[in-house]
Amino acid sequence: MDPALAADARRERRFFLSLSLPALVIVGSAAILPILWIVRQSFLTTAGEYSVGNYEKVLSSGLTWSALLTTLELSIGTLAVCMLLGLPLALALASARPRVANLLMAFIMLPLWTSILVRTYGWLVLLRRDGLVNAVLTGSGLTTEPLPLVYNFTGTLIGMVHYMLPLFVLPVYAAMRDIDPNLTRAAASMGAGLGLAIRTVILPLSAGGIVSGSMIVFIYTLGFFITPAVLGGGKVNPISIRIERTLSTFQDWGAASVLGLLLLVLLALVGVTFWAARLLLTQNKLGVAHA
Amino acid sequence: MKSFPITVESVRKAYGSYLALDDVSLEIEAGEFLTLLGPSGSGKTTLLMAVAGFVLLDNGKILLGGRDITRLPPNKRELGIVFQNYALFPHMNVLANVEYPLALRKIPRVDARRRALDALARVKLEGFAQRDIAALSGGQRQRVALARAIVFKPRVMLMDEPLSALDKNLREAMQYEIRRLHDDLGITTIYVTHDQREALTMSDRIAVMNSGRIEQIDTPERVYHRPLTRFVAEFMGEANIVPPGSVRRIDGVDALRETLMIRAESFHLDPAFAGPDGVALEGVLRAKSFRGENWLLTLELDTRQEVLISVPATLAAGCADLAPGQRVAAFAPAAKVHAIAGAKV
Repeated sequence: MDPALAADARRERRFFLSLSLPALVIVGSAAILPILWIVRQSFLTTAGEYSVGNYEKVLSSGLTWSALLTTLELSIGTLAVCMLLGLPLALALASARPRVANLLMAFIMLPLWTSILVRTYGWLVLLRRDGLVNAVLTGSGLTTEPLPLVYNFTGTLIGMVHYMLPLFVLPVYAAMRDIDPNLTRAAASMGAGLGLAIRTVILPLSAGGIVSGSMIVFIYTLGFFITPAVLGGGKVNPISIRIERTLSTFQDWGAASVLGLLLLVLLALVGVTFWAARLLLTQNKLGVAHA
Repeated sequence: MKSFPITVESVRKAYGSYLALDDVSLEIEAGEFLTLLGPSGSGKTTLLMAVAGFVLLDNGKILLGGRDITRLPPNKRELGIVFQNYALFPHMNVLANVEYPLALRKIPRVDARRRALDALARVKLEGFAQRDIAALSGGQRQRVALARAIVFKPRVMLMDEPLSALDKNLREAMQYEIRRLHDDLGITTIYVTHDQREALTMSDRIAVMNSGRIEQIDTPERVYHRPLTRFVAEFMGEANIVPPGSVRRIDGVDALRETLMIRAESFHLDPAFAGPDGVALEGVLRAKSFRGENWLLTLELDTRQEVLISVPATLAAGCADLAPGQRVAAFAPAAKVHAIAGAKV
């Protein structure tokens, strides 16, 4: 190879690599450095000495474990409701005519363009005792007493599902839209009714999108703060709220750092699980092959 | 396998203002191989999908074995369908694809496996059972699709341009195999194609379709040599539509007053081939090209109309010496001259 040409090729490769430099600098300074700082902080006592005291304190506290449980309950609950509402929705979108699908898609994306704070307070107005939903329920005689829809787990879940549903539907819809419509026709011609065709063809072939959507829901909801803070009314306390309270009430940076790392580990575990599930699915090793 | 007749009665389907099927009626005998032939947009695939149950009709009836199936959902019709892009399930291997219709019918696993392997053997895919779909060639996928369509003993086979994605040699081999499979099983088959040669090679009868109507339904020979309309004449091959007055009888007995259809290959340069009652025409040679098995000559008649003449290379010793601009006479035997009723030129 001509050394001058080889040098040109190297220079070109280096130039394109250098384009990622600003992003790398920002990620490095704004994400990785603070994490390292938090790790250091978690080993520091209030007196400024290194010890594992923070870990002992946090991990032996019942509050930590109940917060962890609440976090998982919220994430799993949100995911379950997203699946229940989102899978039929994605299927409807994927089988609608393109113009109708685009219109529906715009409606689904609309909430994403408004601030989460606005939306959360919007739900507060709708769901509280004298809110619109309860007014309709009691006014129409469906219930005699207003339902407790907010300042509890239900309210928090409603707010979180509202936020996550579009983000769940997007990858699922994309996966379902890419399925050749002749595949469902073929299944029908061989005797599969709609339910069977969905179970044996559409769901297995959109599994990748479903896993992606679930991962997005899980990872977002593990760290949710605003929605439980506003709609939970102090009764729903996931880890994010414990962290905030540890800092604002006790100014305990060490304990808060341990909680933060706990959340980080949880995220990593979820990430790895979903990533592995995706890998298995794309290699078709989960035995979804048989009807 | 038991075979069933199909009756299509005054079927109509419109998409907005576009009429995809315009009052189509059709009788297909039990065990027949019928081809729907036409250009894209002629309604042939719409008609096939209507029989399959995927296109809901505006009007008309479809009967299968005497039973009205117009409103029966596709999954209850028991039809084997081979799609243009094969529509194999990419998340299942070859065996699972072929076993799929059997699994839906709750056929015991051992039985299902034996029947699936039998079907694969029929399409010469022994030893491919455990392959992934992605690892198959186009021709092999085609065979899996065939095996999957016949394995559950459907009442009718429907094929939507199944060979259009294959290259020429493979296509011709598969035409033969599909026809053989049909003859072995005796299953009523509706085959859709836009390739007239494929239709001629494979079919018992051909229904030539144009803008949502059947222009002619007949045996391959009759559709080719005795077209009812100008559209059929031109779609089936190189056809010369000659207006009255531009050809004469060789013996001069009769002035020809009808519009005639004469295929390019029916002409000869030697009047001896045409016989005394044949026809003759004369024109200026505008273009000639050698195509291996034949010479193709373009003559411009005195009426300014162009006529295409195909002369077999073995009989065309003089063709190489012909020069454009020269006057050339061509002759066709009476048997190859066909009058088209009501055709306009």
